[in-house]
Amino acid sequence: MPVWLTDSEYRSLSAACDRMIPPGDGRPGAADAGVPDYIDHLLGAFCFDPPRIWAGGPVSGRHGGEPGFGDFHRLGPLDELAWRMRIEGSSGHPEREFNGPVVGLQQRFRDGLAALGADFCDVTPEEQDARLRRDPEFGALVYRHACEGMYGAPEYGGNRDGAGWRAIGFAGDVQPRGWSDDEVSRP
Amino acid sequence: MTVDAVIVGSGPGGSTAADILTAAGWTVVVFEKGRNHLLDPDDLTRPAAEFSNDEIKFLHRHFLGPDPLVEPRTFRTHTGDGDRIHVGEVNSIPSTVGGGGTHADGKVPRFRPDDFALASTYGPQEGADVADWPLSYDDLEPYYAEVERSIGVAGLAGSNPFAGPRSTPFPMPPGPPMYGALLSTAAAERLGYHPYPAPTAANSVPYDGRPACNNCGFCARFGCPIHAKGDPVAMLRRAMATGRAELRAETFVSAIRFRGSRATGVTFVGPDGVEHTMGARAVVLAAGAVESPRLLLLSGLAHPLVGRYLMTHFQTAAVGALPRPLHADRGRTVTHLHDDMLVGDHASAAAAAAGGLPWMRGGMVEHGGAAMPVLEAQRYPWGEAHWEGMLDSPIRRRLWVLTMQGEDLASPTNTVDLDPGIRDARGFPVARITYRPHRHELVASAHYGPRLTAILEEMGAEWTLVATSPGLASGRGETSVAIPESRHVMGTLRMGSDPETSVVDAAGRLHRFENVVVADSSVFPSSSGYGPTLTLAALAARAAHLMAGTGPASPPPPEAVTGPTPINLGRARTPL
Repeated sequence: MPVWLTDSEYRSLSAACDRMIPPGDGRPGAADAGVPDYIDHLLGAFCFDPPRIWAGGPVSGRHGGEPGFGDFHRLGPLDELAWRMRIEGSSGHPEREFNGPVVGLQQRFRDGLAALGADFCDVTPEEQDARLRRDPEFGALVYRHACEGMYGAPEYGGNRDGAGWRAIGFAGDVQPRGWSDDEVSRP
Repeated sequence: MTVDAVIVGSGPGGSTAADILTAAGWTVVVFEKGRNHLLDPDDLTRPAAEFSNDEIKFLHRHFLGPDPLVEPRTFRTHTGDGDRIHVGEVNSIPSTVGGGGTHADGKVPRFRPDDFALASTYGPQEGADVADWPLSYDDLEPYYAEVERSIGVAGLAGSNPFAGPRSTPFPMPPGPPMYGALLSTAAAERLGYHPYPAPTAANSVPYDGRPACNNCGFCARFGCPIHAKGDPVAMLRRAMATGRAELRAETFVSAIRFRGSRATGVTFVGPDGVEHTMGARAVVLAAGAVESPRLLLLSGLAHPLVGRYLMTHFQTAAVGALPRPLHADRGRTVTHLHDDMLVGDHASAAAAAAGGLPWMRGGMVEHGGAAMPVLEAQRYPWGEAHWEGMLDSPIRRRLWVLTMQGEDLASPTNTVDLDPGIRDARGFPVARITYRPHRHELVASAHYGPRLTAILEEMGAEWTLVATSPGLASGRGETSVAIPESRHVMGTLRMGSDPETSVVDAAGRLHRFENVVVADSSVFPSSSGYGPTLTLAALAARAAHLMAGTGPASPPPPEAVTGPTPINLGRARTPL
C-alpha cells in the first residue's frame, strides 16, 4: 500500500521508473528495487513521525555496530518549513510564500503522472518512452529521484536489500568497518 | 545578560576563537544559525552520532544546510544583469554547528610566504586591487603551528619543496595514499612536478581522544561519523569542556548593536522565532565571507568596502577515465597535492604575457577522484544507457580528477550586498553575490588545463576533458555555470592597516569598532591558490590571543610528537 500516492499513480510510477532503470540480465529494475516506494515515502514523508527526511546515524549495522539509520532525525522548525514547502508546496500558507508561491513535489508528481495517461501501464514500452519524453522536465524529475531510490540507503524505502548497490559493485555505507590501508592503496 | 564575548558562527574560525578565549578564562556564547549535528546534545563536550555514510541526506537533502528554500541567496554576474539572475543555492558552505569544517575533506595546507606580499612581490593588475597583507608568513607561523596541533593535521614536513618554513613537524604522519594518487603522482613526477602528501585534518593515528580515520570514503561533503576529522569538533569540544562556553544552535544573529565606537551586544532570533538581545564586551564575527558582511549590512553598517572584493577559487578540473577501476570511493577523497602551478615557471610567465597580463598564478592541484553512485547515475541518460553507464562506470569507478584551485584576484566589482527583494524565512534580506572572474583567472585556467590533462594522459587515461567553475560559457548568459562551485569564499571584509582601503586591522578588529573582531576568511586581502581553512583558523587564533592578551601555546615536548612512520610516506615511489 503506497503511503501518499494512489494505487493507480503508484502503478504508473512503477512502470515509468522501470523504463528509466529497466530490469534485465539478472539485474533488478527500478520497481523490483523499491524505487517507487522511495519516491512515495518522500512524497508522504510527513505521514511519519519523525518525518522520513534524514535517516539516522552513525551506522546502518550492515558492516557491524548498532543499526541507527532507521531512526530518522527530528526536524527543527526551519527544517520542517523547508521540507513542507518542498513537498507540499506553499499551498496558500502565507508563511511559506515569503518569496512567492512554491509548487511542491506532490503536485508535480500528481500532475505529471496524470499526464502520462490512465492507460500508461498498458501501452507498449515504446509508447511509454514517448510519453515520458513528451514532458522533459517531468521525465528529469522522475529520473533524478529514481537514481536516488536505486542507489540511496535502503532505509529510505528504495534500493531494496542493497539490490542497487549490488548491481554496480558498490559497497554502500561501510562504517564502522571502513577500508584497510591496503584496500585504499593497492590496485 | 552580558558575556565577555559573543561569537557569531561555529565554524573553524569561531570555534578556534571560542577555544582560545575560554582557555584564557573568558565566558563566551557561540551563536550558530544552523542545527547541531556535531556535538552530543546531552553532553556538549562529546561528539554526536548523527553523521553517517549516507549520500541521500548529505548530497541530496541539505542535511548540513542551508536549505535554499528557506535561506536562499541570489546571484548576478554584474550590475548590468539587473537585480539578480538566480535565486536559490549560491556557494552554500554548510550552515550547521561546525560550519564548513563539517563537510570539507580536511585539506589544510598553509599559504606560502609570497601570498602575504602579493602586491610587493608581483605588482598590480588592471581591474583588480592587488594588495599585501598587513602581516607576514613569519608573523602567522606560530599560529599555523598552534592550529595544526589543535585541529590535528597529518602531513610530512619537507615533502613539498615550495612550502614555507615550519617551526614544528606535523602532529601526525600522512594517512594512506589512494591507489589513484599513487598513479597520478608518479605521472606528475615524470613530467617534472612535485606532488606531496596533502596536509589533512583527518587523523592518521588516534589523536586528541579521537580515532584514526578508517578510510570509509564518505569524506568530501560528508560529516565524519567517527570524528576522525578534527576540524572543528576538537576546538568546540575543548571550549565546551571549560564550562565557560555556551552553544546556541538554530539561533540567527540579526544585528550587532553599536554605541559610539563600540559594540554593546547582539540581537538574535532563536528557534522560537522571537527576537532577543544579549550584551557582550566583545563580538567575534565568524559567519563566513558571505554571511559576515551580510550581518554588518543588516546591522546598518553601510560602507563602500563592506562586502567588496569577494573572492573564490577559479576551479579548473581535468577529468580522465582510466582503463581499470581506481576505487576512489575509499580513503580521504584527495590524498596528494602539487603546488607547481601556483608557483609558476617560464611557460606560465610567457602565457601571462601573451594574455596581456603582467603576471599570473594558478593554484594548488588536488589529486582525487570519485563521484557517489546517485550523482553518477544522474549524469547518464535513462533507459538502457543507464546500465551501460553504471556498469562501465567511467565517471565513478574509473575516474580520476586533478582540480586546480586557481588564485582569484580581488576585483572591486565582485561583491556581497543585501538583495533588494528576496528574504529568508525569518524575514531578513538575503545575501546577493555579484561575481565574475577577472581575465587573470581565465588566462591561467586556459594555460594550465592542458597541462593537467597531460598528467592524466601520462597516467594512462583513455579520454580526458577539462571543466571549469565558473564555466567558460558563463559570458553567454548560462546562469547555472556562472555561479562559482568552489566553497572557498574570501575577501569581503578586507584586512589592512589603512582604514581608507580596508575594513579590519591586522588584529582582525573593525577599524571603526575596536571590540568587534572578524575571525573568518572575510578578512583575506588575496585568495592565494590554497584552501583557506588553516589560514583563517590561524588568523582567528592570532586575533583571539590578541584579545585575551595571551600567546600561542607551546608545542608539546618532542617525545609526545608522533614521527613519520616508514610505511606511509605517501610517495609514489614507495614500494607497495
